[in-house]
Amino acid sequence: MSGFGTPAYDVSHVLGGLVLLLSFMLLSQRRIPAMIGAFALQGAALAAAAGWQAHVQGAHELWITALIAFAAKTLLIPLALRAAVTRLGLSRAVEPALGIGPSLLAGIGLVGLSVMVVLPVTAGQAQPLARADLTFALSVVLLGLLTMITRRNALSQVIGLLSLENGLILAAVGVAGMPLVLELSTAALVLMLAVVAGVVAFQFRVRLATLDTAALDRARGGDAP
Amino acid sequence: MSALLTQALHIALMLALAPLLVGLVRFLKARMQGRQGPHPLQPWRNLAKLVRKRPVLAEGASWISRAAPYAGFAAALAAASLVPSFARGMAFAAMADLLLLAGLLALGRAAIVLAGHDVGTAFGGLGAAREMSFATFAEPALLLAAATFAILAGTTAIEGILAAIQEGGLGLRISLGLAALAMMAVAIAENARIPVDNPATHLELTMVHEAMILEASGRHLALWEAAAALRLTLWLALLAALFLPFGMAPPGLAPLGWLVGLGIFALKMLALALALAAFESAIAKMRVFRVPEFLGAAMLLGLLAALLLFVSTRLA
Amino acid sequence: MLTAPLLLLIALCLLSGLSLVSPAVARHVPLGVAVAGAGFALLGIVALVAPDPVVWTLPFGPPGLPVRLALDGLSAWFLMLVGLVALAAGLGAPAAAPRRMQAALPLFLAGMVMTLLAADAATLLAGFEAMSLASFILVVGGQDSTDLRLAARRYLMFAALSVACLVPALGLMAAGAGDLGFAALRRAPPEGLVAACVMALVLVGAGSKAGLWPLHVWLPPAHAAAPAHVSALMSAAMTKVAAYVLARLLLDLAGPAQPLWFGVPLLVLGIVSAVAGALRANLEEDAKRLLACSTIENLGLILAAFGLALCFRAADLSAFAAMAAGAGLLLALAHAMFKTALFLAAGAVLQAAGSRRLDALGGLIHRMPWTAALALVGVLAAAGLPPLSGFAAEWLLLQGLLGAWRVGDLAFQLLGIAALAGAGLAVALGAAAMLRLFAMVFLGRPRTPRAAGALEAPAPLRAALLLTGFVTLLVGLFPGGFLALGAPALALLVRREADAGALALAAPEQAAHYAPLLAVGLLLAAGLLVRALIRRAGAPALVRGPAWDCGFAAPPPDLPFGDPATQPSAAGLAQPLRRMLGQPLLVVTEVVTMAPPGSPAPARLEAGFADPLESLALPALATARDRLAAGLDRLRDLTLRQALMLPFGALVALLALVAWLEAR
Repeated sequence: MSGFGTPAYDVSHVLGGLVLLLSFMLLSQRRIPAMIGAFALQGAALAAAAGWQAHVQGAHELWITALIAFAAKTLLIPLALRAAVTRLGLSRAVEPALGIGPSLLAGIGLVGLSVMVVLPVTAGQAQPLARADLTFALSVVLLGLLTMITRRNALSQVIGLLSLENGLILAAVGVAGMPLVLELSTAALVLMLAVVAGVVAFQFRVRLATLDTAALDRARGGDAP
Repeated sequence: MSALLTQALHIALMLALAPLLVGLVRFLKARMQGRQGPHPLQPWRNLAKLVRKRPVLAEGASWISRAAPYAGFAAALAAASLVPSFARGMAFAAMADLLLLAGLLALGRAAIVLAGHDVGTAFGGLGAAREMSFATFAEPALLLAAATFAILAGTTAIEGILAAIQEGGLGLRISLGLAALAMMAVAIAENARIPVDNPATHLELTMVHEAMILEASGRHLALWEAAAALRLTLWLALLAALFLPFGMAPPGLAPLGWLVGLGIFALKMLALALALAAFESAIAKMRVFRVPEFLGAAMLLGLLAALLLFVSTRLA
Repeated sequence: MLTAPLLLLIALCLLSGLSLVSPAVARHVPLGVAVAGAGFALLGIVALVAPDPVVWTLPFGPPGLPVRLALDGLSAWFLMLVGLVALAAGLGAPAAAPRRMQAALPLFLAGMVMTLLAADAATLLAGFEAMSLASFILVVGGQDSTDLRLAARRYLMFAALSVACLVPALGLMAAGAGDLGFAALRRAPPEGLVAACVMALVLVGAGSKAGLWPLHVWLPPAHAAAPAHVSALMSAAMTKVAAYVLARLLLDLAGPAQPLWFGVPLLVLGIVSAVAGALRANLEEDAKRLLACSTIENLGLILAAFGLALCFRAADLSAFAAMAAGAGLLLALAHAMFKTALFLAAGAVLQAAGSRRLDALGGLIHRMPWTAALALVGVLAAAGLPPLSGFAAEWLLLQGLLGAWRVGDLAFQLLGIAALAGAGLAVALGAAAMLRLFAMVFLGRPRTPRAAGALEAPAPLRAALLLTGFVTLLVGLFPGGFLALGAPALALLVRREADAGALALAAPEQAAHYAPLLAVGLLLAAGLLVRALIRRAGAPALVRGPAWDCGFAAPPPDLPFGDPATQPSAAGLAQPLRRMLGQPLLVVTEVVTMAPPGSPAPARLEAGFADPLESLALPALATARDRLAAGLDRLRDLTLRQALMLPFGALVALLALVAWLEAR
């Protein structure tokens, strides 16, 4: 049905790869408005992937997922983030903690790692389509974590967290038959985390006059990295 | 016999098309930026004028400044004759593989670098050092893109890749898209286009390619300009052949097929010239020390392409 | 078959002995070495064309350790290589040198040849040691200086490490076989843990001699301090003998049944070596150190090719294994020739212009036109440009790496792609380094008056450069022919021949061909075509004028060739790569010292780099050595009873060992 070489496989491969590529783009941007743009594009690609899966698997709930992903991740959340950026005046470029080159290399290493983990573990147990999507999803999750680690700015760390959630959604739509409830609850959890992080960041900014999380360390009395 | 004819026609086409393509890109860029722009045939007129002028050689220059323009042009023409344009099955296709192409382009680059160093001025050395540092990152990126084709088609020979595409059906793959992006980045770096280098500048700090041919004049300058135009044409033809592989005439004598192939090739070149002009008008030149990031991203795209290919071949 | 090389070896030893006694003989030692080299090269070619696998057991040697010699395919290929290098180096050597150096030169060549001809482990080690000691004498034979003492200390340390690792390695292999001869070792290859130990020891032992990262820190100082012909012999020949030892022990004697991981460390370390050496060559400011770093790069590629051949053999892809091993052999020959040419040219430049620092040279193409033209051939070959020999060998290696994905293991496929990127980076960096060397030394304007007054190199040295240039061109135009010549060597390494016609290189199952004659024809035709077209359009004769450079002032009277500060310096040309790649891999420093405000003194920009291994690993090793020496010093303060306990304890331990071995 969805074997190697069929259009179903090819298009979902392309869309999953696009989501992964946009994760790399997130990792390689220095300026926050550029990161928000890349995140919005990633949301659009994710919505397209979910829509294609809905078409291929014939699961109509996934159309709703696609719509929610598009509305939330491409329109609402980037708009909110841009408003935050304008309010806090954050358009300057900030050097990440780990250089762009080494973090991209680490990203490739993480993709290789997820390939070497997912493929043997799921051998013979899942459709090729699902296995490819799981590889991409795990890579996007790991890259989101890497984005969070290698950024100093709290807002970029929030974007990393949201892109991590994109990976979880990709995994959810890739495997046929995953109930929408699970996916919705994961999304709600992550959204709550993001809201909390936003509130903390705002307080942070107000108290310490900076969004550099290293300042937290200094305020606690430790040495800044 | 037909292979020789196709090859001769191809070489003539490349020689005729190269300055026209450069002129076209300049014209389109100017129009997109709201300027009048030079006539597309202006580079041809420049070449005709320069060939007849008396060259002035600097006092400290050696025979290298006289021989290098010919060597650079010969390398560019040899490379251009290996890349298919409107028909497959040309006479030299048996030895046309991506590694030899990279080698011939490196030979042309060595010629211009040595010419830049020869006079002993600051700009020549500056441009040469920067050019070699860009090449340091561009070559691995090109090799990784070639690796994608080596895995998909089993060979790096251009004829073999075209055969695999037209017969086997490589399918719509993200790896090909990533390899295309990598090769486009390498093409921009190799041809000294924005964002790596500004082909229209004469400001000292932004020169790379122009700095190395600063002292050339007369027919030497004509040869350097012609070589640069040939390199642009061959890169665009390579991108068209590998990633837009439809419409090429099959091997053998087929005049009607050649005409159709020529027409489709002209359309592909026009589209690529338009894309290049739009891209150059839309973004700014980047700092020299950011160019490794640009080319490093191309290398990483190539790595990712190969990685994703391993995923799909294992799932087959 | 073996009479001739044996006679030549004896002649070399006699030459060495006589030169100590008679100054007339000492003057002709380089010529003798050149003649012996020519003889060895011819013998190597004859042995490749008509292989004769006879093993000679010589009547002398310690009892139980007879000296066995053989000239099989692998030995013959490297013998040809070493012979050609010796011929060129002998021709290019200066006639006057200190007595001990003249005596050591034939012994150096004899040691190398003995290592190549050895057919048992003891002879191999004896030749290896002779080679090391003779080259040590040659390195320290020059005038005393801090550079020389540093070079000598490091050289001795790494030579000792080399032997200290090779002896147990061969011992482990021989323990399984019961006899030291190669035939017996081949019949009993090591397995499992023993194989891993053997590989590690051989990598450290022979790899340090070949300049494998991280054991390369001795190579740049030593090759820079020695005189030019000795540097050429060390760089071009001695490192190849070390590569031969690696190939013999790991590819031939360890047997075809080794698993995939056996070749991986060699591949990885080779690629890392190549990148590190090439990057460092771009930052060096001394011509001979630059060439030594370039040797590290090329040896890294050669050893990576052998490592790749090991991996392909383990995966049963014998056609690819033959391609990779062929790439290693071809690159060894190509490097031997172009490195000899470049070192001899550097020696000529040192003699003529008085310096090997790049910042004191320049414009020598006008004063030394022949040297410059022949050095250009070497530089273009070293840069891996078609149609010369470097490109042919690198083409084959890259095709091998492009086929690495055919091995089924996913981790190895990823490693293969990373190795491909590394090899591409190394090749591009090497090209940049070589072009920078040629530009700083020969092009531009002279930077010192001494460089402006340089004289052309003497005729024998030019003859040597012509020879190496000719062989480089030959290998570049007929790589397939040379691979076919090396078929006996390939048969020993991978039990299979490479697919190569006389006129073209082919990548098996990949349908890619490299036909250098056609490429050269194409280039020449294109050049002639354009020249004809331009002639027809009317080509007015050129005139000379001052340089433009966007506004260039006339030179002041005290600097007739212009201020050297208006030309790029060595550090200036290195700046883009120093900024882009220098920081993670080499510790680069750029310090700007500004004059205080109001002072007209110029600011200073000092750029430098340091190999992190030299600043981290070597001091740690030095501390360990000091502690060991201090510990051993305590042996001097033993009482009588304690001094008697030592031999008693040793005797009891040996008896216990014998008892345990008997019980097994």
